[in-house]
Amino acid sequence: MKRQDFNRIDAKRRNVVDHRKKQFADPTYKEAQYPHRLNFYATPPTADITLEQFEQWAIDRLRILAELEACSFRNKTLSETALHMKPLLDKYMPLDANSSSSTQLVAQRQKDHYSHFILRLAFSSTEDLRRRFSRVETMLFRLRLSADDMRERAAFVQGLNLDWDPVPEDELRQFAAELAAVSFGYGKKAQQARDEETWCKVDWGRVPDLVESRRVFLRAGKAYVPFREQQSMVVAEFTTRLERALELTARALPRLDEDDRLTPILNHLSKNFVAPDSNYSGGSTAVEGAEITARNMDNLVQHFPMCMSSMHRILRRDAKLKHFGRLQYSLFLKGIGLSLEECLLFWRQGFSKLTDDEFNKEYRYNVRHVYGDVGGDSNRRGGGYSPYSCQKILTEHPPGPGETHGCPYRHFNMENLTSLLQSSGISDRAVLQGVKEDKDNQKFHMACNRVFEHVHKTELKRARDDGVLTASQLETIVHPNEYFKRSYLLKHMGKQQSGGDVKMDG
Amino acid sequence: MANAPPTTILDEGVASDEPVGSPEIKVKEVSEVKLEDIFAGVDSDEDDDEEFPGRPERVDRDQSNSPGSPREVGSSVKASDPALMRSFYQRLFPWRYLFQWLNHSPTPTDDFKHREFAFTLRNDAYLRYQAFASSDLLRKDVLRLMPSRFEIGPVYSANPRDRKMFQGSAAFRPLSKELCFDIDLTDYDDVRTCCGKANICNKCWQFITMAIKVVDVALRDDFGFKHILWVYSGRRGAHAWVCDKKARTMDDLKRRVIAGYLEVVRGGAQSGKKVNLRRPLHPHLTRSLDILKAHFQDDVLEAQDPWRSPEQSEKLLQLLPDKELIESLRKKWDSSPERASTSKWADIDAVAKASTSKNFDSKALLDAKQDIVLEYTYPRLDIEVSKKLNHLLKSPFVVHPGTGRVCVPIDTRSLEDFDPLGVPTVQSLIREIDAWTEDSDKQSQQDWEKTSLKPYIDCFRSFVMTLMKDERDVRVKREHDEDQPDSLEF
Repeated sequence: MKRQDFNRIDAKRRNVVDHRKKQFADPTYKEAQYPHRLNFYATPPTADITLEQFEQWAIDRLRILAELEACSFRNKTLSETALHMKPLLDKYMPLDANSSSSTQLVAQRQKDHYSHFILRLAFSSTEDLRRRFSRVETMLFRLRLSADDMRERAAFVQGLNLDWDPVPEDELRQFAAELAAVSFGYGKKAQQARDEETWCKVDWGRVPDLVESRRVFLRAGKAYVPFREQQSMVVAEFTTRLERALELTARALPRLDEDDRLTPILNHLSKNFVAPDSNYSGGSTAVEGAEITARNMDNLVQHFPMCMSSMHRILRRDAKLKHFGRLQYSLFLKGIGLSLEECLLFWRQGFSKLTDDEFNKEYRYNVRHVYGDVGGDSNRRGGGYSPYSCQKILTEHPPGPGETHGCPYRHFNMENLTSLLQSSGISDRAVLQGVKEDKDNQKFHMACNRVFEHVHKTELKRARDDGVLTASQLETIVHPNEYFKRSYLLKHMGKQQSGGDVKMDG
Repeated sequence: MANAPPTTILDEGVASDEPVGSPEIKVKEVSEVKLEDIFAGVDSDEDDDEEFPGRPERVDRDQSNSPGSPREVGSSVKASDPALMRSFYQRLFPWRYLFQWLNHSPTPTDDFKHREFAFTLRNDAYLRYQAFASSDLLRKDVLRLMPSRFEIGPVYSANPRDRKMFQGSAAFRPLSKELCFDIDLTDYDDVRTCCGKANICNKCWQFITMAIKVVDVALRDDFGFKHILWVYSGRRGAHAWVCDKKARTMDDLKRRVIAGYLEVVRGGAQSGKKVNLRRPLHPHLTRSLDILKAHFQDDVLEAQDPWRSPEQSEKLLQLLPDKELIESLRKKWDSSPERASTSKWADIDAVAKASTSKNFDSKALLDAKQDIVLEYTYPRLDIEVSKKLNHLLKSPFVVHPGTGRVCVPIDTRSLEDFDPLGVPTVQSLIREIDAWTEDSDKQSQQDWEKTSLKPYIDCFRSFVMTLMKDERDVRVKREHDEDQPDSLEF
């Protein structure tokens, strides 16, 4: 017998709350209100805008995002980035606080809201685009959050309804010492602030950056976060929600295929968001006329930047080099035009203490992999990895104990760096002092360029006088292979001139 | 009966006419008893097909001894000897517990079936993306290929052998893997004086001992993990496998965060002072320092004597802050060369006290001294292993082909007693089996119980059992929870 419950709503008439079903439901018009300057972009816009607005707003936002990404590539700090971005933001995406009596408030916020969702459409198609988009959007959000008015920020966060547990009184007493230790570093008022501080307890996974840098107290998987640090929690929450939303957008995207008004605009947008990546194709840095062989390497070292020549020296001294060092150096050698055969020969001779068998077993494969001679399909088709830029060397894989790769200007301490420079014949006091200042200011590539200019000062002067240098060749060097190329060409300027024309194109 | 899935038993428990509320407890009891029965049954099964009669013994063909028969094992036999390895994997390797460890349940689940294994073959070919439906199939393949070692990777969203079917699509991606740590003594080469490269002795093993203490307590107290298995890596290091469900399902970001939280010694060969910490010290560091202080006195200053020669003590001087202090120490030590590190360490405070310079910063000196203790004792982790969800790591109980030692678990309760040089080798184990005389009143003992591998396998087994019990409890609870809304429907 079938039991009946008359209180139940018939299955067909039940209100659909499953978000998977809701996702494809037709959007109903909903008036958007913008009580806060900041936005978590939870609800998509539903009002009509013109195609011109659609395109213009997207382009304006894209400009901001591209610039933000460039800032991160240049390793700028948050405050530097804020300073750099301010005029651009004011021009393309102004966003005023509630307290300002701007009449443009709603229009500004609407533009912010819509442009975000347009770009979300444009950048959800591939994994790579999604990742980059969420990264730069997070940067933008963080920038705005930190610039926000204190009171408005508090109101905004309050409205988010994030579930944070307050820490009970007895735990506060129990861990007083530990909590004091993590909140100490906030200036002189620490003592006073600590007593008034309110703490909350969240899963440690919600505040990854605080945990990674050991700025919170951890116990049994919970992080004890002072309310001051809520900023990073809000940012983390923003990122996770955005990433989830982007996945959903990606799944809904095929439904746009039929639309011949928006699709071309969107495609165009995403194509213009290609990374100003350090994609240094192997051939373009090779120098004509140079004898790039394993045999000649010891002569060419004089044209290498410090990061490479110091590794070369270590290789010659120890007859070995650790993995990331080999990787960084091999890629550089590939970039200057050393062929795979010569490169294998170079490493074989470099690792002079090994037997042929050991070398073939342990190292041969890696060198071939770098050149794209072996490995997966994409590696082979792409011709292996591209040589590391300064950006990559400075930020990825900092050297650990016993490792010698990286950038000497960043990863050496001042004494070791000085002795390295002096042993390379750079003893000019002004230069060393300049390098020290650059290093202290974290302008590592400036230090490198300073050394370059010092080493090549006579040639540079002559080249300038003769006017053979184009503007692009006076720009700051941001790639080790560019360093080599310029150095080699400058030193061989005279010889090539006698041959007829000067090869100095960028 | 032996292979009856436990779910049926659980169902019985739920279906029993007990009043609401008690079934959950009841289920636990029932299933516990039954599970043991099941295991006992599997035992006897395994004994039966010990020899794999139909399999061609390719590798052994050129050996004069017939395969499987007891061999005279002299100390001259190399650990990588195929016949020796074969006997080990056939008779001693704890396949069942390995399976249960990775599977988290007695019957094969996707946790095991979609788990990647990678074999390093004898010709150094590397075979990735192997997967097996059961522990028996894994065992058969290991015996067929006789890899010099095999590694364990993540659980994928589909069978790793079918990965080509999902070319480039997100449908094939790693889902979970234990959080792993790798500590290797080669990373300590600039602070250990007793050995170098691949060699170890009991003196420098202390570095691993202290590393395990520090990392273990941080993972347990700070991150709340419970199931942490420490394994000797066979030569000069140790691995940690954090097996809690929460740890296994972490993404790369969270793994990187934990690695970053634990990493203190930073910088390359040229970067000078490698520990530069913010003050006041984070609670984790205060606790670590407390653990490490004693080790620093005994195992570093006394045992390693790292600053005896003038060149070595120069290294110490570079880590100190005050220029004047450095000068007077240098003078003092130059006059008495070969002064022991313990005395030199004590000299620092003595000289500092004697110097009555007005603007001497004793706080800075204390901080520097703490940094030095950490630089010489704090765990040096191979971070890359921990950061990635899809990193592979050598399986426990595999034989290290170079040393012949078995990668046995390290019991953290008796951590100090662990002797890496006393770990059983394949050769010694096979000898032990051969020397075993059958006890008539004890019946059908497993081969490993006759050897010195027994305590290690016992340790592993109890680890796996607690892990499985925890997983099962969660599962039962969830099933129970899911029942609730259904019952409202009627």
